[in-house]
Amino acid sequence: MSRMSKAYIAGIYEHPTRKAVDKTIPQLHAEVAIGALKDAGLTKDDVDGYFCDGDAPGLGGMSMAEYMGLNITYTDTTETGGSSYVVHVGHAVEAIAAGKCNVALITLAGRPRAEGLTTLGARDRGGELPERGFEIPYAPVITNMYGMAAMRHMYEYGTTSEQLAWIKVAASHHAQHNEHAMLRDVVTVEDVVNSPMISDPLHRLDCCVISDGGGALIVVSPEIAKSLGDRCVKVLGHGEAVKHLNGGNFDLTYTGAAKSGPIAFAEANVKPADIDYASIYDSFTITVLETIEDLGFCEKGQGGKFVSDGNLISGVGKLPFNTDGGGLCNNHPSNRGGMTKVIEAVRQLRGEAHPRVQVPDCTLALAHGTGGQISTRTGAGTVILGRNDA
Amino acid sequence: MSQQERVYKDPDINMETERYWEGAKNGKLLMKKCNSCGKTHFYPRAICPVCSSSDTEWYEASGKGKIYSYSIMRRSEIPYVMAYVTLDEGITMMSNIVESDFDDVKIGKAVEVTFRKTEGNQSLPVFRLCK
Repeated sequence: MSRMSKAYIAGIYEHPTRKAVDKTIPQLHAEVAIGALKDAGLTKDDVDGYFCDGDAPGLGGMSMAEYMGLNITYTDTTETGGSSYVVHVGHAVEAIAAGKCNVALITLAGRPRAEGLTTLGARDRGGELPERGFEIPYAPVITNMYGMAAMRHMYEYGTTSEQLAWIKVAASHHAQHNEHAMLRDVVTVEDVVNSPMISDPLHRLDCCVISDGGGALIVVSPEIAKSLGDRCVKVLGHGEAVKHLNGGNFDLTYTGAAKSGPIAFAEANVKPADIDYASIYDSFTITVLETIEDLGFCEKGQGGKFVSDGNLISGVGKLPFNTDGGGLCNNHPSNRGGMTKVIEAVRQLRGEAHPRVQVPDCTLALAHGTGGQISTRTGAGTVILGRNDA
Repeated sequence: MSQQERVYKDPDINMETERYWEGAKNGKLLMKKCNSCGKTHFYPRAICPVCSSSDTEWYEASGKGKIYSYSIMRRSEIPYVMAYVTLDEGITMMSNIVESDFDDVKIGKAVEVTFRKTEGNQSLPVFRLCK
């Protein structure tokens, strides 16, 4: 069976650095762009569309396009935090289908580690943020905000710290095979629940790494994909959503994936049970658990049971996830993990993941990004990808 | 473990929200209700996020509610309790739980509003467990 695809992912690149003390952010953007173009078999002069997040230096994509010497006729700077790059894939596909561009470059780069950023201290984005006065004085930080989501999920569904820990355990099993991963030691459930409490109920090992670097993707038209060969991967469906506090009437036990997932699955005309491999955004273990439920891999509230006993470990469980080690163990460049989610899904569909974690005959994959904070305002992006012959 | 007081940052105050902060200085928790759809929303706005009406009105809330969720921020120099509190008026707002032993803070527990001075002498609504 050969499914229709409006566009293909032709090139991927994950920067190998995890601490970029001697590189600027524009330099990292250019390095990942060059890497992805080389992977695709294209050059920068083939690029006519450029996509980056609102965190890239300069106004929109203009400064980075100038720095890299791109001549573009299409640009998109959709900013939904760590989900941006998954959303960009969807937008690039639509732009290509509409005939607005043929070769779209998507880049992400940052160096929070080299700059000494910690996750402590209120996240103050300044400007005319309408919610700021009602949040900043209470000292919301990323860990306590995700902690509140976990606490509520535990309260409503009986989810336990041990169940959340299994998510980290699975990621660590995968990361041991990734030479670039920041944390390569295999950990146990006991290791996770005995690690220091950061913000109840999240322990240190429930949290992702902080890393520098970035990544890039090349999305191309079907005609160009044909000329580049069978390493190109189909984009079969895309969904996105923004979830927020809704005037003070909200539920922290689900994420934007509850909307973006069904849209992506419907467009691709596949079901969760058809997915061979899933890249699930993993800023924290709770992010994975809620997202897995929201995407329909199990019933709402059953996520704890679903992720237990190695069910997310490649070769062991039913839903191999984040086989690069994910944000929990491998890489979370610029505190934005959506890019690496797409990259590992493409590796799986090409059969280019590490042999120890490669899913046999991987035909359909999902990549999901979560942006912002699931306890306040959050972006969601889901893509369903298919092998060249899917 | 009983709580040590931390320093509260000042809120941003603008034309839409100054009444809220004036109310707080007078020990009142003010909410915004829409006269068109009847719903209370939070944070308070000039325009109702439920029905888009600009006929919105301030009123004094009961100051009573229940903990919707919380997280104890232990990695801070002065640990504190981050929380969402669902008021009796139906909306859920971000706040801190003060004056309470960490071990006593639980989802569903009844809380009441109290106020803390911020570093710039504004007044900030926070909550404590009801006795």
